[in-house]
Amino acid sequence: MTDGDQPSGPKPNRLEVQGLKTYFFLDEGILKAVDGIDLTVGDQETIGIIGESGSGKSVMARSLLRLVTRPGEIVKGNVILRRKDGGVIDVLALAPGADQLRRIRGNDIAMVFQEPISAFSPVHTIGAQISEMVALHTDLKKHDVRTYVVDLLRRVGISNPGQRFDEYPHQLSGGMRQRAMIAMALSCRPKIVLADEPTTALDVTIQAQILELMKELQQSEDMSVIYITHDLAVVAETTDRVYVMYLGRVVESTTTERLFANPLHPYTRKLLGSIPHPGRHTHRLEVIEGSVPTPIDPPAQCAFVGRCPSAMPGVCDQAVPALTEIEPGHFVRCYLHSEEREPEDEWTNI
Amino acid sequence: MKATNRRTFPKFGGPAATAVAADPSRHYVDRRSRELLKRHQGTRERRLRAAARIEESSQLQLIIARFRKHRLATASVVLLAVFYLAALTAEFVAPFDKLERFEELAYAPPTRVRIVDAEGNLHLPFIYGRTSELDTKTFTYTFVEDQSQRYSIRLFVKGEPYHLFGVIPMERHLFGVAGEQPLFLLGSDNLGRDLFSRIIFAARISLFVGFAGVLISFVLGVTLGGISGYFGGVTDMVIQRIIEFFMSIPQIPLWMALSAAIPQEWSGIQTFFAITLILSVIGWTDLARVVRGKIVSLREEDYVTAALISSASSAQIIRRHLLPGVTSYLVVALTLAIPFMILGETTLSFLGLGITAPDVSWGSLLQEAQDVNVIANYPWLLAPVAFVMLAVILFNFIGDGLRDAADPYAR
Repeated sequence: MTDGDQPSGPKPNRLEVQGLKTYFFLDEGILKAVDGIDLTVGDQETIGIIGESGSGKSVMARSLLRLVTRPGEIVKGNVILRRKDGGVIDVLALAPGADQLRRIRGNDIAMVFQEPISAFSPVHTIGAQISEMVALHTDLKKHDVRTYVVDLLRRVGISNPGQRFDEYPHQLSGGMRQRAMIAMALSCRPKIVLADEPTTALDVTIQAQILELMKELQQSEDMSVIYITHDLAVVAETTDRVYVMYLGRVVESTTTERLFANPLHPYTRKLLGSIPHPGRHTHRLEVIEGSVPTPIDPPAQCAFVGRCPSAMPGVCDQAVPALTEIEPGHFVRCYLHSEEREPEDEWTNI
Repeated sequence: MKATNRRTFPKFGGPAATAVAADPSRHYVDRRSRELLKRHQGTRERRLRAAARIEESSQLQLIIARFRKHRLATASVVLLAVFYLAALTAEFVAPFDKLERFEELAYAPPTRVRIVDAEGNLHLPFIYGRTSELDTKTFTYTFVEDQSQRYSIRLFVKGEPYHLFGVIPMERHLFGVAGEQPLFLLGSDNLGRDLFSRIIFAARISLFVGFAGVLISFVLGVTLGGISGYFGGVTDMVIQRIIEFFMSIPQIPLWMALSAAIPQEWSGIQTFFAITLILSVIGWTDLARVVRGKIVSLREEDYVTAALISSASSAQIIRRHLLPGVTSYLVVALTLAIPFMILGETTLSFLGLGITAPDVSWGSLLQEAQDVNVIANYPWLLAPVAFVMLAVILFNFIGDGLRDAADPYAR
């Protein structure tokens, strides 16, 4: 994983996250926001990460780019990244201020944020903000940067890009802003795009347009996309594989088709059951009782045990179940399907 | 994988491929993780207790807890408390009265406190006796230590009788020297008065002028700033122009003019209050601006609109919805306003317009150090400057800590 030139053999995945743990060291205790996540992203693959608010999705995404700030700390794991030039690097090995880290951000992995209005500075034009990024990561001349950015804006479907270049974020509509945000993320032609709830702030028609755009760009640019969302429709529509997160852990992961056809984890079932189906009239929508507990110094048990309809006393509250492969490519973390327990490590009972 | 139909992009000069060294000791997260693990291992019990405590803490307790995490601010509070206590009990803490003279020891440099005597023997802290001799060539006094006389420094020595807080008759001082020889920790002034004692007495005026002045500023600032911010429109306009008028007057000339108007025959207490009044005439404007700015922004919040829709009166909205939002700012602004008052008083007294003899303040003590000759020959007379600076810095640290602790918008 450390040598720059690729040895012969199978090409590693574009991104491989192994046992990532990100904890927040608070006065109240240790909040285990991300507690052991494994994730792989292949070439041009679209990954969906779904989960309720507070399940650790965003912290996980930020950990990949090493954007977690104190009191948050990444305490364990590897983030193996195959860079654009073919070099393989463990992002977590780098020191926080390392040059390489800056080159990875935006250049190899870019991020699309939820709220474009707060992701853009209100006092600079859209064009200036995207140009800054391009100028930082390339050695284009000033004039060429502008041509490049205008072209970029055109490609993300912004009409009249030459004029939009000189406009301020507040002058654009919500959909346009999100497109500009995507243009910014794409400006360095990253191979991996982390989209943290990219369509939550948009209405459904714009949402569809943006997702369509992402799909197109993904193919033309040879990108892999990680969608972080709680919107199951987005997941069903766009992703190849899905990771369902609950309280900092992946509880189920498989291909999108299989997840929707045959969800195995009780949490996933409840989650899918809580979407309204158009045309089907139900008296009350199914809900998951209770809310996500705060994982501050959590006990070693299945995190979902308190809300699970099929919880088995004496089993589920004894140890954390392991994520096991039930069918080929279908992983579940539940004692209903496997008795395997998650092996403990030095952080389990800290 | 899917086919790619790439468009042509300008070529980037990407950085050369560099990989991390395989050495695990250079793996950042692994290294950091070991540190964290060491620090947090076995603290589970403590953390759970802390969590339970935080759970049942009131907002005020949380603020205090957060403030105490700010080490510098906590230390500042303790140190300032010592200052204020010393100022209140000046008669006891100071070895001499502020007016007690030792004529033969004028301009005496600070007494050297020793623990080793001339023969190399170790003692409790003591001083040697000293006498002044006139140098007939330069006509300056030089001080010669007489090593045959040793005077030990004692706690609670008997000295001049006095009344603590004006009522309790006492004759013991916190520390001093048993015997005739005076102990001048920071030297003496032109009349042979102990500078340290005078600084302690002066702290009374210099430190309390801040509180008194801020109190007046507070009332004026909050009322006018609040009205200005809440009602807006013409009211706001008028009040803001008044504030600008006050701010546009050059400060020192205004202070000078006002303090020149203080009758000479007024007593120390009267002058003190006159000066606080003068200082707050300027001081309230800053506070009013802070309050107004905050109220203006809070007034636009949805919860105020909600209160309005629920037919709450103006008074209710201000009291229940707006003022709580400003409190944390106010506390900080007030803490930071005190040092300005202290500096203001020092300036006035330094210029000879504030506190006058026989009363002393840090500023009036510095008056003696206005002369270059004095500074060159008797530099210890500048000691009050250190106290002014220290007090101001301590207040700023406290303000800093309070801002971090009390600001609900901070996190």
